[in-house]
Amino acid sequence: MRCKKCHEKAVIGLPRHNAAFCKPCFNEFVHDQVARAIKSERMFDPKDRILVAVSGGKDSLALWDILLKLGYRADALYVDLGIAGYSEKSCEKVERFADTVGKAHNASLLIHTVQEEEGAGIRELADLLHRPTCSACGTIKRYQFNRAAVEHDYDVMATGHNLDDEAARLLGNVLHWQDEYLDKQSPSLPASVEGFAKKVKPLYRLAEREIAAYAVLNRIDYIVEECPMAKGSKMLLYKEVLNRLETESPGTKQAFYWGFLEKQAKTQPAPASMAEKDQATLHPCATCGQPTTAEICSYCKMMARAKASTPH
Amino acid sequence: MKVQLSHPERQVDVKGPKRVRELLRDLNLIPEAHLVIRGDDLVTEDEMLKDDDVVEVRPVISGGSGSSGSFGLFRLFG
Ligand SMILES: [Zn+2]
Ligand SMILES: [Zn+2]
Repeated sequence: MRCKKCHEKAVIGLPRHNAAFCKPCFNEFVHDQVARAIKSERMFDPKDRILVAVSGGKDSLALWDILLKLGYRADALYVDLGIAGYSEKSCEKVERFADTVGKAHNASLLIHTVQEEEGAGIRELADLLHRPTCSACGTIKRYQFNRAAVEHDYDVMATGHNLDDEAARLLGNVLHWQDEYLDKQSPSLPASVEGFAKKVKPLYRLAEREIAAYAVLNRIDYIVEECPMAKGSKMLLYKEVLNRLETESPGTKQAFYWGFLEKQAKTQPAPASMAEKDQATLHPCATCGQPTTAEICSYCKMMARAKASTPH
Repeated sequence: MKVQLSHPERQVDVKGPKRVRELLRDLNLIPEAHLVIRGDDLVTEDEMLKDDDVVEVRPVISGGSGSSGSFGLFRLFG
């Protein structure tokens, strides 16, 4: 296979773009896709301060790497969930990246430890709450990242969600007709109310395989093992099904997710009215002050329940 | 050739020469969900692997943490 741009030997074929690239041209392709996402979805400007949610996995580390190389002001936050045998390893990867690439670009890394703040690791919390771990983990991360972004005055919070993540989530939501979640699947969500950070997903134009290739080619050391809590998760099944379809008919994932975004852009109320809707339904949590639709936010509720069921 | 696999981690011997595309097919692995790495480099699907090659077939979906763990990272806090 030859590079479509310069005809050197290719390192990766991209059936969905009917292309193949050598390493320098592939890096250019990846950077272009991210720059395009940032511009077309009006995610942020060069003067904005960005907080990247990093996990030690390929997506978030590649995102941090790309944003720094594109010249953006991006710091990162790692939330240590205290998952035995996994959190130490993933934190190590993040720290190593921060010490090398991060430092070279004057970017800093923040670390929050759930164990220190709440006195329990994620498995203990989930056991106490009888809630599937992935959902507890999602609630904690969502909360911690938003809160850190707001408290440290970042203009925007960026996550490493890729095309596969978004297509799989869309498939799940559509299969169960959870239409109330569909309007939150945009790659750029405004800071609708005080206390909510603007949230963006600059990797939504890149497939998971492309991001893994970017990490390998650029020697980004990431955690390859699956999170031990995620085994058998529905999302993994949806991704596998979509990848089978993609292999048979390249372009399926982007047609599904980007097509949805286009349709949504035509039918959805303007962002202003979405913000109005949020402002009408959200108010500060009685415990922590973060915006919520209930009296106490789901994070505080979860922690209160966990504490109540901890033997004294 | 020696082929390193993940989930679970194991090593298998496969007779070469063989194209990357055929290797994935024989192992019943989806090309869109895997990368084939030889040394520090990625190899494309049309490449021929030799009998004395050592390759890693790396799944691209690391799952869980950070990206695919929950349905609604951007859902509003209930
Ligand atoms: Zn090239
Ligand atoms: Zn709260």
